[in-house]
Amino acid sequence: MTNLLVLPLLIPLLTAVAVLLSGRWLWLQRLWSLLGAAALLGATGTVLTVVWTDGIQHTQLGAWPAPFGITLVADVLSAVMLVVLGGMGLAVLVYALGSVDVELENAGFHALYHLLLLGVAGAFLAGDLFNLYVWFEVLLITSFVLLVLGGERAQLKGGVVYVVINLVASLCFLMAIGMLYGLAGTLNLADLAVRLPALDAPGLVTTVAMLFLVAFGIKAAVFPLFFWLPAAYHTPPVAVAALFAGLLTKVGVYALIRVFTLLFTQDVGYTHTLLLGIAGLTMLSGVLGAVAQTDVRRILSFHIVSQIGYMVMGLALFTPLALLGAIFYVVHHIVVKTTLFLVGGIAHRIGGDFELKNLGGLYRARPWLAVLFLVPALSLAGLPPLSGFWAKLIILRAGLEAEAYGAVAVAVAAGLLTLVSMTKIWNEAFWKPRPADRPLAPTTWSMARLIAPVVVLAAVTLTIGLHAEPLVVLAERSATELLTPTAYIEAVLGPEGAPPPTAVIPH
Amino acid sequence: MDVLLALLAGVLAAAGTYLLLWRSLLRMLFGVILLSNAANLVLLVAGRTMRAAPPIVPEGMAAPAAAVANPLPQALVLTAIVIGFGLVAFAFVLAYRTYTTFGTLDPDALAAAPEALPATDADRGPNGRPAPPS
Repeated sequence: MTNLLVLPLLIPLLTAVAVLLSGRWLWLQRLWSLLGAAALLGATGTVLTVVWTDGIQHTQLGAWPAPFGITLVADVLSAVMLVVLGGMGLAVLVYALGSVDVELENAGFHALYHLLLLGVAGAFLAGDLFNLYVWFEVLLITSFVLLVLGGERAQLKGGVVYVVINLVASLCFLMAIGMLYGLAGTLNLADLAVRLPALDAPGLVTTVAMLFLVAFGIKAAVFPLFFWLPAAYHTPPVAVAALFAGLLTKVGVYALIRVFTLLFTQDVGYTHTLLLGIAGLTMLSGVLGAVAQTDVRRILSFHIVSQIGYMVMGLALFTPLALLGAIFYVVHHIVVKTTLFLVGGIAHRIGGDFELKNLGGLYRARPWLAVLFLVPALSLAGLPPLSGFWAKLIILRAGLEAEAYGAVAVAVAAGLLTLVSMTKIWNEAFWKPRPADRPLAPTTWSMARLIAPVVVLAAVTLTIGLHAEPLVVLAERSATELLTPTAYIEAVLGPEGAPPPTAVIPH
Repeated sequence: MDVLLALLAGVLAAAGTYLLLWRSLLRMLFGVILLSNAANLVLLVAGRTMRAAPPIVPEGMAAPAAAVANPLPQALVLTAIVIGFGLVAFAFVLAYRTYTTFGTLDPDALAAAPEALPATDADRGPNGRPAPPS
């Protein structure tokens, strides 16, 4: 089954082609799109099962042995992220079918959607840095187009910021790749993990590590590089914003986790202390930004930033428990944040606005919507028995064990302020009386396509909360794999772990 | 040669950064182009330039006979050039659309511009109040 890893790339690509070939037949586009998303979920589920039973999987494309060929690798972390990608891809697509304008669907929405999934899946599977770069660009260019599709004023305004900053991030990434290649003579992740410690140039390696930190930090929206995110994420259609909010920044977090566990671990005292400081400032600045906002989508956008801080904190503490917490947090956050954006979209459909002061009375009028909001909102704030409680608990406990009391204090404070923000949305949109001049839109059967995915995702949050053990076990195993990279290296380079010599570089 | 190319990459990166700091979207995009060329040069220099035979394996042999040039950086740079071209082309179209919509390319003026146009009579609510800016 060595070709199994190609499936999560092939399915979205073929779906995009099929959608494009469907021309103007919208029903056919939608059918292909749905089938493709369902197939992707199935394929990613299979990848996880195989990785879980048989260990790390890898595919050498074109049968060139590593480190010369293009390598696809799936360890437990990649496989878990892939499954989450598949689930979100399907859920958000169902929501998009009921909410995205027909003009946008005809303008190529479905093809772009699947190409975006392709880019994200590729980033999770990439076994060398240059391919990681290529997959980042695939997801970046499709996210550019999806962000400004429709060409509204707000979209152009946010899109300009998003495009320019992300271009700069990509160039940082590319330069870092060039310098690392100049240092080590290879870009294969496993090969680099062998060669970097043998290089005996910790200063140079740490310099390159900082370039990677900036590049992935912009993608992941950490302090002080996050300003593009709240400027852009509230502008596209809700389905697109939900997918971006859930998945895209987490690709940056995934890349950070990957390089700072596999490659740059020689000067942990410097790099990971820096990460810890960044984590604390990210948590605080995100949550404080959210307190000042009054638009549902802007509040949620700032909360993405603050939650990224918790994940980076898990990485920065660099203990098995902390990494477990970071991975648990990533999965929990993708589900919860996507749900919240989707609920915000339904509230907009019913209440007619994203602005809090124009909303109200939704609890009395639509109690089911209030429940659907409350589950992910309280989960985001970290209240038991929801998934966010366990995610925060693990991170805080890891912080206490590592005696990082400052970071723990910041994390607790950020958690409380998250609750304040969620209470603000609850009070304004659901609890306060409806402004008299704003009638509610009726609930129609056509809204079932919006509500069904939200119900499913809220149920997932609840299930993770009430029965956290399977995800903890998965996260624990991936944390172990990340901290002992020998298994990863042996899986890619062969049992001896010593690669054949690459082309000699004259100095 | 390597030193010269490295210095050139540094100059390009510095000029690109300088242009990025301008308060004009067009100049910022020119800066991005220079930066991307700097990054491409870095990739090329990273593989070391040298006078060597082309990396072709003679027929009937498993490896080239003598030292050959490193082909990998060229493959990487070609890929990076194509990707960079696509991204920059998109960015310019976006800048053009932004200019036709907002009439300015100054980021500060863009940030101050309202996200929604003032409501016309047709958009007004039932009580005649305009929709509030979001």
